[in-house]
Amino acid sequence: MHAEPLSLIFLNAAVVNNFVLALFLGICPFLGVSAKKETAWNMGLATMFVMLVSSAAAYGINWVLGELQLEFLRLICYIAVIASAVQLVEMFVKRFSPALFRSLGIFLPLITTNCAILGLALFQTAKEYDFVQSLVYAVGAGVGFTLALMLMAGLREKLALARVPRVSEGAAMSLMLAGLLSLAFMGFAGLGGSHG
Amino acid sequence: MAELPNQQESLSLDTFVRGLWEENPVFVMLLGMCPVLAVTNTTVNAIAMGLATTFVLVCSSLLVSLLRNWIPKQVRIASYIVIIATFVTVVDYAIQAISLELYAALGAFIQLIVANCVILGRAEAYASKQRLHTTLVNSLGMGAGFTLALLSLGTVREVLGNGTILGIPLFGADFQPWVVMILPPGGFFVLGAWLLLFNWLRLRKERRLQAAAAESAYAR
Repeated sequence: MHAEPLSLIFLNAAVVNNFVLALFLGICPFLGVSAKKETAWNMGLATMFVMLVSSAAAYGINWVLGELQLEFLRLICYIAVIASAVQLVEMFVKRFSPALFRSLGIFLPLITTNCAILGLALFQTAKEYDFVQSLVYAVGAGVGFTLALMLMAGLREKLALARVPRVSEGAAMSLMLAGLLSLAFMGFAGLGGSHG
Repeated sequence: MAELPNQQESLSLDTFVRGLWEENPVFVMLLGMCPVLAVTNTTVNAIAMGLATTFVLVCSSLLVSLLRNWIPKQVRIASYIVIIATFVTVVDYAIQAISLELYAALGAFIQLIVANCVILGRAEAYASKQRLHTTLVNSLGMGAGFTLALLSLGTVREVLGNGTILGIPLFGADFQPWVVMILPPGGFFVLGAWLLLFNWLRLRKERRLQAAAAESAYAR
């Protein structure tokens, strides 16, 4: 696994095993913040930043815990680091862009419970990536997340103008759309190696 | 949430049943979707995930309810997360000890119970304000509702995508499995179909109520 080239890691995380559409991570913001393209884009960037910070931190934590043989504390430490990183982003956004802060609303603190980020930290540990590989993996995952969010937002903006049966309004329609997107992404399988 | 802040609910059957249907975490509130979609490709996985989540939900809600007067408001979310993560670690090691096969099938999703918003949502909206016994009943109801939702996806996907239920073949050898149902897109489709069904039932009920109201007005 260590010989895996960086380009493949990136491609794998962003497209082939897309975090949202193939691994089902981060579905809540995917369905919640994908109504408008602009909000989706900002949410994607915020998530990518948190991913980068927590990926780097998780690498360090994992090394320290390994030295101390305290691996059972890994989960608790990871989630604490992610929560702090989210807090950091929240203060940053509030200070520099109050409008963006309002439009993201409850979903900004909820990045803490975005399983895509915790999942990323757990996967990079399971795959035993080194530091650079971990960072590339984090960027790939963030790009994949943003891509999925933008695609969904584009579809939903068009859908807002269409007339759909009353029965399928709301979440049911979004899920069907997500299913089709996911089906499309399955076409990439095999492009970056099949391992999850 | 229906309950007002700082008002303690008295125990009734509704405390339990609400989580099953009216406030079902998956079908009504659309929370905790990631495990719902990811591990429901077989019935066994769905049951195991449902039970594990229920255990964490009940234990962490009880502890949060016990400590509700001691946890300072400012650091409450962080405290809840640490409590939840502790119980998830317990479940993680327990499943590893019971069945390695199951552990491999569920993969990272056991540890990802930490990030399940159903649990944090219960801690914040209910357990931090209510007494111990109502919290126990309510969280059991929510856990049951979550397991029910996982099961309703898991069975449909296993029957359609693999032709089996709990690993037992249902159809003859000629059955051609609908493979896409156990692949990721199937999860989205089946959940979407369930939501369509519930929407249809709700709209039908509303229509009937309107018709009945109109009829009684006409009769008068």
